[in-house]
Amino acid sequence: MNEQNNKPPESHPLDDSLSAYQEKVNAVNQRFPERSPEFTTGSSDPINRLYSPKDISQGAGFDYLDDLGYPGLFPFTRGVQPTMYRGRLWTMRMYAGFGTAEESNERYKYLVSQGSSGLSVAFDLPTQIGYDSDHALAEGEVGKVGVAIDSLADMEVLFDGIPLDQVSTSMTINAPASVLLAMYIAVGEKQGVPASKLRGTIQNDILKEYIARGTYIFPTDPSMRLITDIFAYCADEVPQWNTISISGYHIREAGSTAAQELGFTIANGVAYVEAAIRAGLDIDTFAPRLSFFFNAHNDFLEEIAKFRAARRIWARLMRDRFKAKNPKSWALKFHTQTGGSTLTAQQPDNNIVRVAIQTLAAVLGGTQSLHTNSKDEALALPTQDAVQVALRTQQIVAHESGVANTIDPLAGSYYIEAKTNELEAAALQYINRIDELGGSPRAIDAGYIQDEIMDAAYDHQKLVESKQRIVVGMNAYIVDEPPPSGLLKVDLSVGERQKAKLNDIKSKRQQSAVDSCLADVKAACEGNDNIMPPILNAVRAYATLGEICDVMRGVFGEYQQSVSL
Amino acid sequence: MRDLLSLSAALDRGERRAVARLITWAERGDQRAYKIIGERFSKIGEAFILGVSGPPGSGKSTLTESFIRMLRAQGQRVGVIAVDPTSPFTGGAVLGDRVRMNEHATDREVFIRSMGTRGHLGGLSRATSAAIRALDLYGCDTIIVETVGVGQSEVDVMRVCDCTLMVMVPGLGDEIQAIKAGVMEVGDVFVVNKSDLDGARRTTRELRAMLALNHSDWRPPVEQVIALRGEGLELTWDLIESFRAYMSEEGRLRLRRKERARYELLGLAQTSIIERATSSQPHHSLIEEMSEQIANRTLDPYSALSLLLPQLLNSDTST
Amino acid sequence: MTTSPEYPIRVLVAKPGLDGHDRGAKIVARALRDAGMEVIYTGLRQTPEQIANAAIQEDVDVIACSILSGAHNTLLPKVYDLLREEGAQEDILFIAGGVIPDEDIPALKEKGIAEVFTPGTPTGVIIQYINDQIRGGTLL
Repeated sequence: MNEQNNKPPESHPLDDSLSAYQEKVNAVNQRFPERSPEFTTGSSDPINRLYSPKDISQGAGFDYLDDLGYPGLFPFTRGVQPTMYRGRLWTMRMYAGFGTAEESNERYKYLVSQGSSGLSVAFDLPTQIGYDSDHALAEGEVGKVGVAIDSLADMEVLFDGIPLDQVSTSMTINAPASVLLAMYIAVGEKQGVPASKLRGTIQNDILKEYIARGTYIFPTDPSMRLITDIFAYCADEVPQWNTISISGYHIREAGSTAAQELGFTIANGVAYVEAAIRAGLDIDTFAPRLSFFFNAHNDFLEEIAKFRAARRIWARLMRDRFKAKNPKSWALKFHTQTGGSTLTAQQPDNNIVRVAIQTLAAVLGGTQSLHTNSKDEALALPTQDAVQVALRTQQIVAHESGVANTIDPLAGSYYIEAKTNELEAAALQYINRIDELGGSPRAIDAGYIQDEIMDAAYDHQKLVESKQRIVVGMNAYIVDEPPPSGLLKVDLSVGERQKAKLNDIKSKRQQSAVDSCLADVKAACEGNDNIMPPILNAVRAYATLGEICDVMRGVFGEYQQSVSL
Repeated sequence: MRDLLSLSAALDRGERRAVARLITWAERGDQRAYKIIGERFSKIGEAFILGVSGPPGSGKSTLTESFIRMLRAQGQRVGVIAVDPTSPFTGGAVLGDRVRMNEHATDREVFIRSMGTRGHLGGLSRATSAAIRALDLYGCDTIIVETVGVGQSEVDVMRVCDCTLMVMVPGLGDEIQAIKAGVMEVGDVFVVNKSDLDGARRTTRELRAMLALNHSDWRPPVEQVIALRGEGLELTWDLIESFRAYMSEEGRLRLRRKERARYELLGLAQTSIIERATSSQPHHSLIEEMSEQIANRTLDPYSALSLLLPQLLNSDTST
Repeated sequence: MTTSPEYPIRVLVAKPGLDGHDRGAKIVARALRDAGMEVIYTGLRQTPEQIANAAIQEDVDVIACSILSGAHNTLLPKVYDLLREEGAQEDILFIAGGVIPDEDIPALKEKGIAEVFTPGTPTGVIIQYINDQIRGGTLL
């Protein structure tokens, strides 16, 4: 990897003492061999027996001010705010939503009453793919993995009794993000809350949908245009809104390593920045509203190093490569979710412990907000009781563990710093490779990113099956257990009820207004004007999500999956 | 549909399951498949068979998908055979070409079949010609055969198809030099796909220059297309049609089909002899013994062959 | 690990429904390939009609559906019914995997799904099951 290895290794003041230690180890190893000939991280990277000052003085060297600095200051390795959790705890944001808007509204009110400080809306799959509940492909899917939203009428019910100027709302919506954001703005209008006061996030990250999550609609180029239109619109009209949540979460869930999660996610971030610059936006107008979304997996120390590396990479890229001047453009803010794929269907109570470890990693890594998974998520959508334990886990870490009281307490650990450097270097290699391929969208079209992830996922699977990697309760310490009970069941009549609501709204609205609004949406798609204003008009007239997306499909076409196995 | 009679009957009723099973039998070298096809051989040969070849990632499946749509709009019944490589180590394969053709997955007038090469070199599977015949019997007007796309040695396709479309992409650069030997003789019509990418004009120019050395009456044309957006496809199909017209003149098609028949016959003979050599225990033992002797240099391979060949040819293996 | 005495077992690995989580489907596809099978992979968002059509045209021995969206009770029996319309169910082993609650499994089995593999099932178990059913069992 390193091109210039001609030089003899530099000597280090610890060399003599380290060789003495090595002799001691060799002697012990003769009598009591180590558990394994080699040790690796959760991402299968080699991990040394011991880290010492030597490990962070090699290569480029390690300079406190350059490489770590102070919280709230470049390169933000130690955190994005000067006082971090001493000022304000992270936002405990529980992703929730199922069934109809009425049922989800009830769950949101419950979460707020239990101390949840931000809402996070899960939409059902038809909504995420821009189909109304009466579409043929929606059969069996309505209200299943999230709430079904067909029109502004559903959105009004979803946020009924929740003042939008007092909560921040995160919406996991990507391909049709512009439509759902427009509906949120319209609900705000009805509540008398101006768009400028709305706070929240839309995921709006289409690239990782192509890579890992699968709820894409349109081809790459028009999708990138929709995203930059949102950047431009929000910079003027919804200034407190986080316009994108560039997500590594799903890349990791698809089986990537920690380094791939970093590399591919940040490469996607680079692609969005480049697209926005190409669209004529000034970097410092939109970059402060970019946010990220990472996964917290089980390898505690590796994950902490990953979060720290992410901040440093982004800060350097934004300042040095993109010449951003506003320090807010340099700071990588991120949401974290604990790793869904680390949970087991077997002995589900064990998942509480996994989530607790992952929570600690996210907090020690300096996350801005956190969703903790519920113990039953490998089996079904979480029940209210399971959600409560997951939320309590965050609260225990926040109020009882003490880790939130000082900033970045693991800084200066030889291992943590060495691992942070290592992950930064590995991620930059992926980013460079993707640059060579012409950027993230092209690398996705060529299947490069998907192939890399699939290779890592398959390697992991083989390690688990050969028990080289132990998953407690699944491939070791197995017990006979009765089938789980008390799981959440989504009422099968949701689909029918939702269809009835859809027909009702269609009969009540003024059809001519809908038609003319949809014609405006079409014209905006075909031309170069920002697409947000006509979409906002269309949702105000109760045009449905499916109707608006169909117009867009007609102009843009649909994405063709590139299969990698 | 597990025996000859019921399959034959179902096939004659036009049931697609019977066609599917016939191809399966052919893939397994099941003699019943040859019997069924043989009995109906005079009815076969009406379909137009288009080969689509080119390096991996050139967009063969996307192009095939576009042609399906075009031919369906004309009311044709379309067959597709998509061949992917079988792993020489495990014998397994992932056949993923259907992904691009999902739009036609529920169209009863489109029959798509994926095949693994199963150890056969040359870009197709050994059963491809039988599969083509099965789809021909099913009444397909056009049958598109999509090759593995490994580049160099895809000569098979010209031995089963009426016209071979060679799909290239920009940016092959020097690679074009390396693969030209393999593709220049094979392609009847060339397209440079993804021609919105840099280097498309250069690739087109280089291809034309190379093809200019072709001394036959038909100089393969080179067209630029963007399959994903459907650009250039009509023109490409026109070129394919003009090649078809060219072949129908002066008995060229008949000549090509005769060459193909000769090749197929020789191929079948080869396969059959090898099967006889490996499937019968006495032959197997004889070959083992001879190999031992050759290794010990007590026998030379040429003399061994002259002893072995009559044994193989005289044995009766019809089952 | 190779299985094929004569010819490879053909398996359609399909993802019905709208969920995009194809990690499981792809891992199973790879594992079956490495076990010497021919895997036909059709990508995301397959309707029951698409799955049944592909299975019939490809004359597969096995259909393996992976579904995580919760729509299994609606979509899987539909695939089986479509196979039955053409008599293809008698030649095809139909299995499923994904986030499928235990309590849903008996009803699925009554509707033609031969086996359901829940999260955490090693691929070796699926391979063994297919081999036993196809090579050792009732089909072919």
